[in-house]
Amino acid sequence: MATFNFELVSPERVLFSGDVDAVVLPATEGDMTVLAGHSPVMTALKTGFLVITSTPGNGRRVLVRGGFADVNQNGLTVLAERALPAEELTQEILDHEILQAEMAYDASNDPATKHAAESAVAQLREAKAALNF
Amino acid sequence: MPSLKDLRNRIASVKATQKITKAMQMVAAAKLRRAQTAAEAARPYAERMSAVLGNLASGITVGPETPRLLAGTGSDRVHLLIVCTAERGLCGAFNSSIARLARDHANRLMADGKTVKIICVGKKGYDILRRQFAEQIIELIDLRSVRQLGFEQGDMIAQKVLARFEAGEFDVATLFYSRFRSVIAQIPTAQQIIPAQIEASTGSSDAVYDYEPEEGEILTTLLPRNLTVQIFRALLENAASEQGARMSAMDNATRNAGEMIKKQTMTYNRSRQAMITKELIEIISGAEAL
Repeated sequence: MATFNFELVSPERVLFSGDVDAVVLPATEGDMTVLAGHSPVMTALKTGFLVITSTPGNGRRVLVRGGFADVNQNGLTVLAERALPAEELTQEILDHEILQAEMAYDASNDPATKHAAESAVAQLREAKAALNF
Repeated sequence: MPSLKDLRNRIASVKATQKITKAMQMVAAAKLRRAQTAAEAARPYAERMSAVLGNLASGITVGPETPRLLAGTGSDRVHLLIVCTAERGLCGAFNSSIARLARDHANRLMADGKTVKIICVGKKGYDILRRQFAEQIIELIDLRSVRQLGFEQGDMIAQKVLARFEAGEFDVATLFYSRFRSVIAQIPTAQQIIPAQIEASTGSSDAVYDYEPEEGEILTTLLPRNLTVQIFRALLENAASEQGARMSAMDNATRNAGEMIKKQTMTYNRSRQAMITKELIEIISGAEAL
């Protein structure tokens, strides 16, 4: 299978850099899979799991909270506002994230941000259930 | 001529000071390494961010629809200076050189008849600027309780700046911080952050991009984030610079203390010798007189 260059960058560090087969992105308008040779696209990300497949049938999951993905001929670059690899996630971290999202929900009056915070809470809850906490 | 006891006390006190400066130097060296790795780790994100933004901005033409963070408010009457300094002193000319750069900038703007507002990040810059610009300083952001600089701090400052911008309190914002080049070289820098200054993208703009959601919408969410990233980066660079400046300042201080101890010890030994000689002469001349 053809591979492409993928980079996952958060403000604090570079989390992933290398060739991969496929990446599933939690885009704001629905999840999308990027394969090699994808047409150039730029999309905003919501809260959710990003799945990196470097060998078939073997995925690494990373929880991202907001950010951007940029696909161009050089490959895929994801700028995540917060990124937490699934293997580093613990119940406390998730609970903390949920609390923050709920606080963001309570703090805003703007319907768009309120909606974004609401879906973030839902996504985080889902993530928590998926990881059996 | 100071007595022997005075000299001894003086040497002891310089020695104590030297111990402190030495310890501070070593602490700064350890902190510097951490701050430097953090600053370097943050660089890729900021670079990608400006690349993506450059890509995006080169595709659109400036019009009334363009977000004001990119196009500006159309005037440059009110300037906001965000001055980032350290929370602590004893780091050489670090704080004063940033403050001086900001002060010169503010004076120039005021001479041109512009209104200047200042936000201080860090207590030391506030202490210096307060003397001259007590009325212009509108806010002091204290990061003293922050142990490890995180993205949240950058975000917090950016939100405050954005809120003021939305409220129409200023037209142009400039960020003052110290760029970390090496342990001995920190360069005070002024960077305009609102309206955003974007480098033209290199090459890849000929490809047809799909945007999801629309271009304008992405741009409106990307621009505030870019502001946060720039501020966060400035904070990290500043933290590394501060430790670097402190390390070399304390290194100097330790060396000076060493020299002083050497000199004082020399004087002490000389006067001790003189005292012994004098006593001997007294004894001998006393014995001869008998």
